[in-house]
Amino acid sequence: MSVPDLAPLLEQSGLVDAYTPLPERYDEMRTVEGEVRPHWQYVLDALRTLGPSGIEARWREATRMVRDNGVTYNLNAEPRGMSRPWELDLLPLLIRSEEWADLERGLIQRADLLNQILLDLYGPRRLIRSGLLPAELFDASPEYLLPCHGVEVAGHRPLIQYAADLTRTPDGHWRIIGDRTQSPLGFGYALENRVVLSRVLPSMFRDSHVHRLAGFFRSIRRTLTRLAPRRAEHARVVVLTPGPENEAYFEHAYLANYLGFTLVQGGDLSVRDGALWLRTLGRLERIDAVLRRVDDGWCDPLELREDSFLGVPGLVQAVRAGNLVIANALGSGILEHPALPAFLPSLCRELLGEELQIPDIPTWWCGDPDSLTRVLDRLDQLVIKPLNKRHGERCLFPETLDAPARAALLQAIRERPHSYIAQERVKTSTAPALIGQHLEPRPSVLRTFLTAEEDGYAVMPGGLGRVTPTNDAALNSNQLGGLAKDVWVVASEPERQESLLVTTEMHTPAVTQESEVSSRVADNLFWIGRYAERAEGLVRLLRITIFKLSERSDYAASTGDSCCLRSLLEALTNQTQSFPGFIGTGAAERLRNPVPEMLSLISDPARLGGLPQTLQALGQAAYSVRDRLSADTWRIVSDIEAHLGNLTHEAPGQLSLALDELDPLITSLVAFSALTQENMTHNEGWHFLEIGRRLERAASTASLLRSMLVPIAGEADENMVIEAVLGVTDSLITYRRRYRAGTRIGALLDLVFQDEGNPRALAYQLVQLERLVSELPRGDMAVGRTAVEKHVLKGLTGIRLAEIDSMVQPDKAGARRAALAAMLAELDRQSAAISDAITAQYFRHEEQPHSLLRRAAARGAS
Amino acid sequence: MRFRINHVTRYEYAEPVSLCHSIAHLKPPQTARQRCLSSQIRVDPWPAVHREHEDFFGNRVSYFSIQQAHDALEVRAQSEVEVVAPTLPQPEATQPWERIVDRLHDRYDEPMTDLRIFTLSSPLVPPDPDALAYAAESFSPGRPILEATVELMGRIFRDFVYDPTSTTIATPLAEVMEQRKGVCQDFAHVAIAGLRGLGLASRYVSGYLETLPPPGQVKLQGADASHAWFSVLIPNLGWIDFDPTNDQIPGEQHITTAVGRDFQDVTPLRGIFYGGGTHELRVAVDVNRVEPAVSEVADVGEAPDPAPRPPTSALPPQPQGR
Repeated sequence: MSVPDLAPLLEQSGLVDAYTPLPERYDEMRTVEGEVRPHWQYVLDALRTLGPSGIEARWREATRMVRDNGVTYNLNAEPRGMSRPWELDLLPLLIRSEEWADLERGLIQRADLLNQILLDLYGPRRLIRSGLLPAELFDASPEYLLPCHGVEVAGHRPLIQYAADLTRTPDGHWRIIGDRTQSPLGFGYALENRVVLSRVLPSMFRDSHVHRLAGFFRSIRRTLTRLAPRRAEHARVVVLTPGPENEAYFEHAYLANYLGFTLVQGGDLSVRDGALWLRTLGRLERIDAVLRRVDDGWCDPLELREDSFLGVPGLVQAVRAGNLVIANALGSGILEHPALPAFLPSLCRELLGEELQIPDIPTWWCGDPDSLTRVLDRLDQLVIKPLNKRHGERCLFPETLDAPARAALLQAIRERPHSYIAQERVKTSTAPALIGQHLEPRPSVLRTFLTAEEDGYAVMPGGLGRVTPTNDAALNSNQLGGLAKDVWVVASEPERQESLLVTTEMHTPAVTQESEVSSRVADNLFWIGRYAERAEGLVRLLRITIFKLSERSDYAASTGDSCCLRSLLEALTNQTQSFPGFIGTGAAERLRNPVPEMLSLISDPARLGGLPQTLQALGQAAYSVRDRLSADTWRIVSDIEAHLGNLTHEAPGQLSLALDELDPLITSLVAFSALTQENMTHNEGWHFLEIGRRLERAASTASLLRSMLVPIAGEADENMVIEAVLGVTDSLITYRRRYRAGTRIGALLDLVFQDEGNPRALAYQLVQLERLVSELPRGDMAVGRTAVEKHVLKGLTGIRLAEIDSMVQPDKAGARRAALAAMLAELDRQSAAISDAITAQYFRHEEQPHSLLRRAAARGAS
Repeated sequence: MRFRINHVTRYEYAEPVSLCHSIAHLKPPQTARQRCLSSQIRVDPWPAVHREHEDFFGNRVSYFSIQQAHDALEVRAQSEVEVVAPTLPQPEATQPWERIVDRLHDRYDEPMTDLRIFTLSSPLVPPDPDALAYAAESFSPGRPILEATVELMGRIFRDFVYDPTSTTIATPLAEVMEQRKGVCQDFAHVAIAGLRGLGLASRYVSGYLETLPPPGQVKLQGADASHAWFSVLIPNLGWIDFDPTNDQIPGEQHITTAVGRDFQDVTPLRGIFYGGGTHELRVAVDVNRVEPAVSEVADVGEAPDPAPRPPTSALPPQPQGR
């Protein structure tokens, strides 16, 4: 876009003209006089050029990318919020690079200061002894983890990552409104925002000369590996997550992936020989550094919270022994103490000999007599925050209280002044948000991120902007609610040369180590394979059944002679084990009118074994190993979830409508298989996924053949049965090409039972299984074949030795193929045995740790 | 007085334990009235890692982990300790308790500020209005600190019933105040809560108490037990111990193993283990004098169950193996 084009566009109404900043707030885009700040001009012009339809299209694209990439944040831990998408504003928050440079200096100073405070609190405690930090605030705080006192910190850097929330006061000055010092949330989201926006608005991004983010992430990597106690170049780092239920699990997986670290849960790790180990299949692997996303108190049930299942027993000891570095150091949560800002100016002078560059919102601790006087003098301008929220006390705005409530508050403060802090009420600044086709001023907060470097801190050049979803909502520092914004630090002078090389870097992790597979991950991958195949098989069977049903509109009248339909319906029940179904008591009635039962199987999320539950299980298993799935694969998972949503939210009322959903679903499921086949490295993890798939296909094919071919159909029906089996096993074309004559059931069995070259045949599954299991890691002690290998061999041999001629023969009564039934039953047993043997050998998670010693031994007897 | 202490803790598990991490506060520290001559901890099976560190309160903490499958764990702590009785001034000659509160809250008194942590609530001793009101009865204005604390100790001894079945380690302080029953640990917590409520610094002491058999009887092995009491900071005198379970200022027969804000800081033995199923526990403590005349205790005699003869009045019967 060239400048001359803009002239007429600037005349257009819309966008900016209707934009009126809120009273008494600083607005990022517009001055009090109504001028647009110069650094916003370019982006606004670009938006005008896009026009309403262009904006709409980009917005759609951004939304689609967020959905496809599975970006979620489960605000307030809503039960169904797991797939709640991240909401991103198309308009970034813009900050001039000169201003940013000032901010950077202030943030680095603050990180330094906080780091020193932490070192002192867990070391000499000079600040407590000298009274600079009141003992009653910090020594009694549950966040002050006494077991971590005296633990030597690698590189004297307990604070490795740090995030600060900022806003501006009406005079335009930046103020800190919150510190995140445990495991700061959001820099993964910030990166994802950037990825989305730079793709959706490529030219606007390019021409704005935005500072890049990739360097910051390289810095995190470098710092962790540098601080790791040994093997700096080969240091193994893990990201410790509480698990898929966590609100920000997306970010944990995303960061692990991007940084090339292994994503683990507490149960994947154990402490041995005073060091931390990751339990992989049959091996232990030494871990040197942990990027934790678990709050510090929950990290070690031995020395910290005894009731925690999220941590690793002995973790504190591993750090104490100098065998492990944890980012951030255990105990760093104390820096989030709400009263700390009251003391920072004096601490900064004391520790750094400087003035604090970016002030906090003015904060007073009422336990200090001078502060209390000041607080009581100007109560109406303040918000009163109780330090101990356990008693259900909330933040109060004295100005809004009626007389009795106000008197009660005053009395409470006078009685227990040390339990309260007071803070100036702030009007956060506003930033424009693109709401529909209009810009609206919305209260905003900027989260900035820092990471320790060898000599100081590096600031992410950008951050996570958040604006309130509505005009009067508030933004909480503990959560990442609201509408997210990318943050662009824009150079006022073009810095063309800088922007040339970096684009590609952004999406490429510096080094990626092949991460080992823990038992938990292998288990999940195995089940992904099984569920994906189960869903695919079920959809195929449903489809064929629907076809056959529709071919016979006079179904009800012909039940008697339609052995094929009956078999198909029974196969559905046999395969899904979802009851009541089409076998057992009352089956006759449901066979006469199968539609409601089929619809329930297709769309009832509460039905055990139904299609929705199978897809849900697939989604969950995929979610818990999402750091192992490529972006493309994840997109397919999102598609599958969308189909699931369609099926369950607007349950189809008739089978033909269901078919409209099942067709694209099968395409997605096939795409999922293909991607795991073609886009996943064929490493250990993949082996488990593939074993799951093969095993499931073997089991469901055996079940299908049993339902369809064991009963002997009438001459007329046999065609239909054969066609149905070929349809479900997708082998129709081969069959037609290959077999012109011969006993037709025999030919069918040749193709779908014994043919080792047909990927849908039973024999093929076992041949594959034989290869796959032979490549699995073996215990050191294993001599000869493992139990898994034996079961596979037994199954395969059975198939190879089977005589098709005798299997197709009817039994004496002439109604069933007894030999075939026996053969398939045996295969069924073998596949169950294979599954059990794999579970026993590889997924046997180590027992849950218990804490019982203490209860009894501890108690004094007298 | 010199003692040899044997403290054996034994766990037997229904199923094998594959990995176990433990933390022990079992090694007596050096204090103003106690010298630890030797102390060692033996763990069976052999621990792969056995380290010692000093905790926040200056206690000696042992960490060990057993990495081989085992179905029994035995921790044997053996120490030799010399204890002297404190020399105390006349209780009525000590300073008024409020003056100590003032000093503790004087922000320019660095050593006192560092100890202010013992005036604050702690995990097992939250602020408790009942405990404060109870203690306040003994702390009339201007009353000498030692006199007031001795009285508080005596009142707890008289008002609270020693009843091992009445509480567990999970029983909150408020409930102990309510039912006026408990064991040594609860009594210590009651006193600590009251003293902290008044603004004084008070800490929890865990250790052992020597018991003597009735005259003419032989002392049984394993008859002693771990014990707990509380301690109050009196500037110029230091930390002075009080044993409300026996209404006695600990003298030569109280051996300290650890100090902390409350029981949770000084748990003698805690651990996390993998596997194991249910388990059984046995604890045996022996506190024996080393001076030949008293300490050469004979074999486990056929003697009848001796009622422990407490130094002052009735020491409650000592349940074993809890």
